[in-house]
Amino acid sequence: MISQHLPILQIVLPLLAAPVCIFIRHPKMVWIWSVVITWMCLPMSIELLVRVLDSGTIVYELGSWAAPWGIEYRVDTLNAFVLVIVSSISTVVMPFAHKTVEREIPANRIYLFYTMLLLCMTGLLGITITGDAFNLFVFLEISSLSTYVLISFGKDRRALTAAYRYLIMGTIGATFYIIGVGLMYMVTGSLNITDLANLVPAIADNRTIQAALGFLTVGLALKAALFPMHMWLPNAYAYAPSAVTVFLASTATKVAIYAFIRVVFTIFGDIDILAVLPVRSLLMSLAVVAIFAGSAVAIYQTDAKRLLAYSSVAQIGYIVLGVSFDSVAGVTAGIVHLFNHALIKGGLFMAIGATTYRIGSHKIEDMAGIGKRMPFTMAAFVAGGLSLIGMPLTAGFISKWYLIQAALEAGWWPLAVLVVLSSLLTVIYVWRIVEIAYFKPPPQDVKKLDPAPFSLLLPMWVLIGATIYFGIDATTTLHVASTAAKVLLLGGAP
Amino acid sequence: MISTGLLNYWIIVVLMMIGFYIVIAHGNLVKKIVGLNVFQVSVFLLYITMGKVEGGTAPILAEGIQAYSNPLPHVLILTAIVVGVATTSLGLALVVRIKDAYGTIEEDDIEKLENNE
Repeated sequence: MISQHLPILQIVLPLLAAPVCIFIRHPKMVWIWSVVITWMCLPMSIELLVRVLDSGTIVYELGSWAAPWGIEYRVDTLNAFVLVIVSSISTVVMPFAHKTVEREIPANRIYLFYTMLLLCMTGLLGITITGDAFNLFVFLEISSLSTYVLISFGKDRRALTAAYRYLIMGTIGATFYIIGVGLMYMVTGSLNITDLANLVPAIADNRTIQAALGFLTVGLALKAALFPMHMWLPNAYAYAPSAVTVFLASTATKVAIYAFIRVVFTIFGDIDILAVLPVRSLLMSLAVVAIFAGSAVAIYQTDAKRLLAYSSVAQIGYIVLGVSFDSVAGVTAGIVHLFNHALIKGGLFMAIGATTYRIGSHKIEDMAGIGKRMPFTMAAFVAGGLSLIGMPLTAGFISKWYLIQAALEAGWWPLAVLVVLSSLLTVIYVWRIVEIAYFKPPPQDVKKLDPAPFSLLLPMWVLIGATIYFGIDATTTLHVASTAAKVLLLGGAP
Repeated sequence: MISTGLLNYWIIVVLMMIGFYIVIAHGNLVKKIVGLNVFQVSVFLLYITMGKVEGGTAPILAEGIQAYSNPLPHVLILTAIVVGVATTSLGLALVVRIKDAYGTIEEDDIEKLENNE
């Protein structure tokens, strides 16, 4: 009985749990409550993914109002996969959050922090699961508004300006998105994504529809921080509390890219929009510029969190590059990297979060000699860094391997060369931290550091362990991603 | 009802650009929020305008009325207005905190302070 309502339960649970935090108020109890809720969401999304892989797309009509009039939740392989990403990252972030939040946020505000984290999770899961374009906007704003608050919890006063700038950019992005939805509604009279996918191809030449595509693309690209619309990202990641950075870096931009994939391959799927309009070459060049500009700027950062933030801009480039190939191989590579990068960046930001917890700073120069003082944490950082570079036996290698294969398959060998070259830039910026951490002696008067608390080490190693596991045995991720790509591009049964 | 043609859409585009310009060009954080509001309101108008059917009335069943305006975009925009209010209040709350932390709400001054850190 209840299993039939899994798609909505997934959203309603954190949504209703969030305000309960305000009544609980006690910092520790609120944390336990949030852990319980997020851990309940993970089995649900895994169950959904298993069921989708078994028996195909699940459609859930809200209040039994049939689409296209009612709102429907439509779970296919792609969004079931993204749901698993979001809920599993939330599951590991929660234990990590406990200690770091205690350190970084005043005790009387902690309950508000968890309220916002649960709301943000609701929004991200909602964007992923919904089959209604306007409903997507509402969830987009739920997640964005809570994200602005989460960022402003940062200790540094620059967190406030970072949150403010993100608010301005994010609102413009979301407003562009509703302009796009509105324009599509004007022509088709529908808001349901599946219904739009049927109606749009017949009128693809319509100028309004093309304008709508433009608005949707720009709006979602802003949210996904695709170069050159990434300006909000570095400061937001750098000054947000550690747990928030981990959560956002692994989920928020990924979900925006998911929404973009939905627009391009589902709504505009039948007309192969990437091939018709010069969208593809535009996306491809932006992705390549993102990869190189992001990596190059990352090299010159003096702050470890900012460095990783710029690296995120570059990694988003890889994902978009894969998607812009418009082939099953390319989209598979994009989706695999979506997952792998969530693990890698989550693990790396957790490592930086743990060192910040002990030394109280995330400046690279303050990390001198930290490799010997906090060996387990920095070992995790090195493993994550190798994965980011794309060493064999790590998840990053799988993504790059498939990305390069997809490029060669389509005959774009210069792109394959560029991907390899860009890995060298990754080596440089990862090395900068590793060099200072291991080869620069710590200041003389330094006292011995305790290892990071177990509650920080465990989630970190779970994520890093997962990147190694999925680097050695990538059959599951590849199977899911290629199924998702086939459903998107070729249609038909999952 | 007098037919207004595309006049509404012209107004919407002009408003949209004014709002957008304020957001980009003004350094005062409160003024930026005002610009953002103008920008959002223009989108509200876009939705309301597209729902209007010429000669149609409010969608209430009554005798002798054939044409109704489409209520759906109006309802949608009610949601968007709520979102807009939330965004504005959150934005203003942030401005208050920024004023506390930096002592100014001019972007240029804040940037100078940030670069010194």
